[in-house]
Amino acid sequence: MGASQSARTEHEFQDLADRTGFSLEQIGNLNKRFRQLSKNEETLSRQDLASISALDNNPLRAQIINAFFDKRNLRQNEAGTVQVIGFEEFLMVMSHFRPAAMHITEEEREKLRREKLRFLFNMHDTDSDGTITLEEYRRAVEELLSKAGTIGQETAKAIADAAMLEVASTTRGKMEPDEFYEGITFENFLQILKTFDIETRMHVRFLNMDTATMRCGK
Amino acid sequence: MANYCSSSSMVDLWLTTAAAARQHVCFHLIPRLSGVVPESCLLIVVGLLVGGLIKVIGEEPPVLDSQLFFLCLLPPIILDAGYFLPIRPFTENVGTILVFAVIGTLWNAFFVGGLLYALCQIESVGLTSVDLLACLLFGSIVSAVDPVAVLAVFEKIHINELVHILVFGESLLNDAVTVVLYNLFEEFSKVGTVTVLDVFLGVVCFFVVSLGGVLVGAIYGILAAFTSRFTSHTRVIEPLFVFLYSYMAYLSSEMFHLSGIMALIACGVVMRPYVEANISHKSYTTIKYFLKMWSSVSETLIFIFLGVSTVAGPHAWNWTFVIVTVILCLVSRVLGVIGLTFIINKFRIVRLTKKDQFIVAYGGLRGAIAFSLGYLLSSNHQKRNLFLTAIITVIFFTVFVQGMTIRPLVELLAVKRKKESKPSINQEIHTEFLDHLLTGVEGVRGHYGHYHWKEKVNRFNKIYVKRWLIAGENFMEPELIAFYRKMELKQAIMLVESGQLPSALPSTVSMQNIQARATPRLSKKREEEIRRILRSNLQNNKQRMCSFSYSRHTLFDADEEDNVSQVHLRKMERRVSMMKGRMSHYLTVPADRESPRPGVRRVRFESNNQVFSADSVPTAHFEQPSTPRTPDAVSLEEEVPKRRNLKADGGGPRGTVSDSNQGELNYQRLARCLSDPGPNKVENYPFMS
Repeated sequence: MGASQSARTEHEFQDLADRTGFSLEQIGNLNKRFRQLSKNEETLSRQDLASISALDNNPLRAQIINAFFDKRNLRQNEAGTVQVIGFEEFLMVMSHFRPAAMHITEEEREKLRREKLRFLFNMHDTDSDGTITLEEYRRAVEELLSKAGTIGQETAKAIADAAMLEVASTTRGKMEPDEFYEGITFENFLQILKTFDIETRMHVRFLNMDTATMRCGK
Repeated sequence: MANYCSSSSMVDLWLTTAAAARQHVCFHLIPRLSGVVPESCLLIVVGLLVGGLIKVIGEEPPVLDSQLFFLCLLPPIILDAGYFLPIRPFTENVGTILVFAVIGTLWNAFFVGGLLYALCQIESVGLTSVDLLACLLFGSIVSAVDPVAVLAVFEKIHINELVHILVFGESLLNDAVTVVLYNLFEEFSKVGTVTVLDVFLGVVCFFVVSLGGVLVGAIYGILAAFTSRFTSHTRVIEPLFVFLYSYMAYLSSEMFHLSGIMALIACGVVMRPYVEANISHKSYTTIKYFLKMWSSVSETLIFIFLGVSTVAGPHAWNWTFVIVTVILCLVSRVLGVIGLTFIINKFRIVRLTKKDQFIVAYGGLRGAIAFSLGYLLSSNHQKRNLFLTAIITVIFFTVFVQGMTIRPLVELLAVKRKKESKPSINQEIHTEFLDHLLTGVEGVRGHYGHYHWKEKVNRFNKIYVKRWLIAGENFMEPELIAFYRKMELKQAIMLVESGQLPSALPSTVSMQNIQARATPRLSKKREEEIRRILRSNLQNNKQRMCSFSYSRHTLFDADEEDNVSQVHLRKMERRVSMMKGRMSHYLTVPADRESPRPGVRRVRFESNNQVFSADSVPTAHFEQPSTPRTPDAVSLEEEVPKRRNLKADGGGPRGTVSDSNQGELNYQRLARCLSDPGPNKVENYPFMS
């Protein structure tokens, strides 16, 4: 178990580091966290994530947990959800929140933007049909305002409607009275959030500290 | 009496000259020039001319009195800056800002002071009498970046938010360092010697001054917020409280030799969210415009006086000293920024690029604060005139040379500019969405980070603080909803002013394009009928409101009524088109209405019912039963009791009830926001902003 497992782990980690862009130390830390959440199992289930106390007061709790099990976020080009995820999938989802490197080309920046916005889009598009319909958007805004009491519920609909109207106006411009705007496609989504600095805002800090557990296998 | 009048008229004359100068010189006479040259430069030139004129006449031109400066001219500018400080970028970068403000200023002071002392040791300069402490004192005066100058120049170049907040934040927060260094070195140079204990005390002093200033400001800010909670009956003097408390914060902290600027900033920052939730829209507008006006006038006067003082002031020109000072200031600034950025970038996620660093370094302008501090030096201080001359030269150099060239340089280097974007509800939704998402991801990731603490502060704020400082039920309202209401309000106001819906491109998209077509659409005829009913409703309301008694305490005069009703009408029209889907539920076949709809909409509407039927809130304004009514007008009074029976009744004019409900909701929102309610108003509309 001991030595061979650690050797395998190191090799795996290197492979994962290359694929997701995390550093070895960061992967080590995340692995520690993964083991902690999954109670030392190989896979993580929804209950494990649901038991995190820090998420208790978060209005987006359910969506965040779903995002981890959404196949679209796991770089698999299919729809649907999985029941459990392994460490690799965990890393895949977390890699969406890596900060942008300092010197990246315009092209890479655009790619990063699309990736992060795709993550957000997937969170809204719950039925995976490629568009965010009015109902889905309404639900998203309602969830967002769910901690705000009754007033949140009343205005959530109005806000979602106004937002949808804004998207339709910006992306479609003129519409005949009997035309119907089906929903926000990914391209529309990109367009309305064009001035939103997502590549600089959507990130969390991943510590680089060396942890002892990475070496304890030896 | 004559003397009093004459000095008042002098002040008035100066103010008029200042305002006229700003208006004409800057905008009318030399319009093209004002695009190239920042206003501050033009105003200094005007000051020079005025000073020269006065001297030619034979009078003694007035010098910028330090007391006048620190007590009257500086506070409005700082309050304006602090009150409208963009909080989000400021708090995200507060670490960097503090490093630049504290360590950067210290570095500048010692570098310039030390090297100047070394210079003065050289025989040929002829300044061997200047000792180390005097040099250090001079260094501390001339090293601080000046908020007034920075504001004046950066206003026009529209640099990206990050760089702007870094330079601006630094200029505001370095006041504590400047105050401490200045006082310390002045004391020391009187005493003559410095011990290690003194240095240690100096450090302690710094913390006391800065944190004390912030604390004083925060206390006054909370007081102001608390007071604003109870001003709903005296809305006319709400702005006054804001100004008074802020000025008191400034004076109190200056009295205790704490940092007045930091107190003022802290006061503005602390009180703003609570005050804005409590005060009426008009008060908010008043505060905004008064602050802008005062700060504008102050800025103009400061620059003009700088010009005049240059002509007037006693000068002692020493080529070497002055030129070396200017060069040293530049060099120390550049070195300081580069060095500090190198260290800071290790801790930042969004790193500062070379271009950012350049602008931060180049934007370190000196201004009137340095001059006033120099002027404050006691007149038997050796070399005071020399110092003053050098300070003025540095100020002129930074304001003229750096101020004028920064804009072409920004364009040349293609530095990222500020993104001009309309406030977008989608962006606001996603800002808040992202906040919660990132907090959640941090929770998953394990160790507590930036978002976690921010969330904790927000929760504390919501649960404990807002309860005390915000009137009514508003404290529950999250930012998103407040934003949405503000946007609606703005659109309504723009409707009144321009007569049409504001939109960047002509768009005929309306709610019907978005709503799923589950129910048959409203016929044109129906729409017309509804419009007619609404219009006549409005006429009635107008008539009722006109018969209100006018008192000094209401600002609800005839013009406002027209505006408000117009807005109401237009909003109603918008609501009509936006709510067609909803209304069709109530307007179609009565059979539909008999069966209780299981949908969410009905439930929501029920809850609306409960809210309004409990008190006579909507009708309080309109209690005029004697007003003649047109036959098919449906008065709002009638609708209140009938709302309860909504489910049972069929079609017809009842259909408008839902609309009027929404309309009343909007109307009251507008009424509360746009006007100061009259004596008959009912307090505390639940769930209204």
